[in-house]
Amino acid sequence: MEIQEKAVDRKLLLTFSGELDHHGARDALRRIELAIDAALPKTLVLDLGGLTFMDSSGIALILRSQQRMQMLDGSVIVYHVPPQPRRVLDAAGIGRLVTIK
Amino acid sequence: MRTKAINEVTLEFPSHSSNEGFARSAAACFAAQLDPTLNELEDIKTAVSEAVTNAIVHAYPDTIGKVTLKMRVCPGNVLEISVKDQGRGIADVEKAREPMFTTGGQERSGMGFTIMESFMDQLHVRSVQGRGTTVTMKKKLAARMKGGK
Repeated sequence: MEIQEKAVDRKLLLTFSGELDHHGARDALRRIELAIDAALPKTLVLDLGGLTFMDSSGIALILRSQQRMQMLDGSVIVYHVPPQPRRVLDAAGIGRLVTIK
Repeated sequence: MRTKAINEVTLEFPSHSSNEGFARSAAACFAAQLDPTLNELEDIKTAVSEAVTNAIVHAYPDTIGKVTLKMRVCPGNVLEISVKDQGRGIADVEKAREPMFTTGGQERSGMGFTIMESFMDQLHVRSVQGRGTTVTMKKKLAARMKGGK
């Protein structure tokens, strides 16, 4: 899995591609935390458009990102969710906790 | 008595997390003979990924152990998949199946069983502490027209 970072005006965009599972989740979580600490954004945008697979490891990643952003008084937006990751998020009811666009 | 399988395969691999991707791809390849829809195929891959990840994370937290993935095609277009480990077992299966419950730390969400339940038709969990866990899942695939477009 790959993560691309782009920070503009306290808005941090993280673009994910490939397969997001437990195998890659720990490294991804560390990358996200480092990126948040470096950019101190008000808004974190997680763009999942390039994911070809995601399991519940992606849910943990989104929820941890949200907790991190709440500590900074910021918010998380999950963007461009492909159909399979979308069904995973829906099955877990994550749409009630995080903004999905 | 168990239903007689039309076709079956058994795979055995060590609990390295790099095998999660292998296991779900193998499941998709085996399921292909039932002519699944793309959604069905994705559901199967997701459920297998969750079950195998559970074995890797929870059955063998500090060691590498054996994970057995068994897949069977049963009459009526039913795919049966079991993921078996010989790890430490689950103390309270009911509790483990509750949404958001996890003993897996930061990178786990506690939604694995919820997703397996929602993506497959049946889920059965058998666990003996100190002996291991077997998760068996079934999914009936939609019958499609033979030779149709």
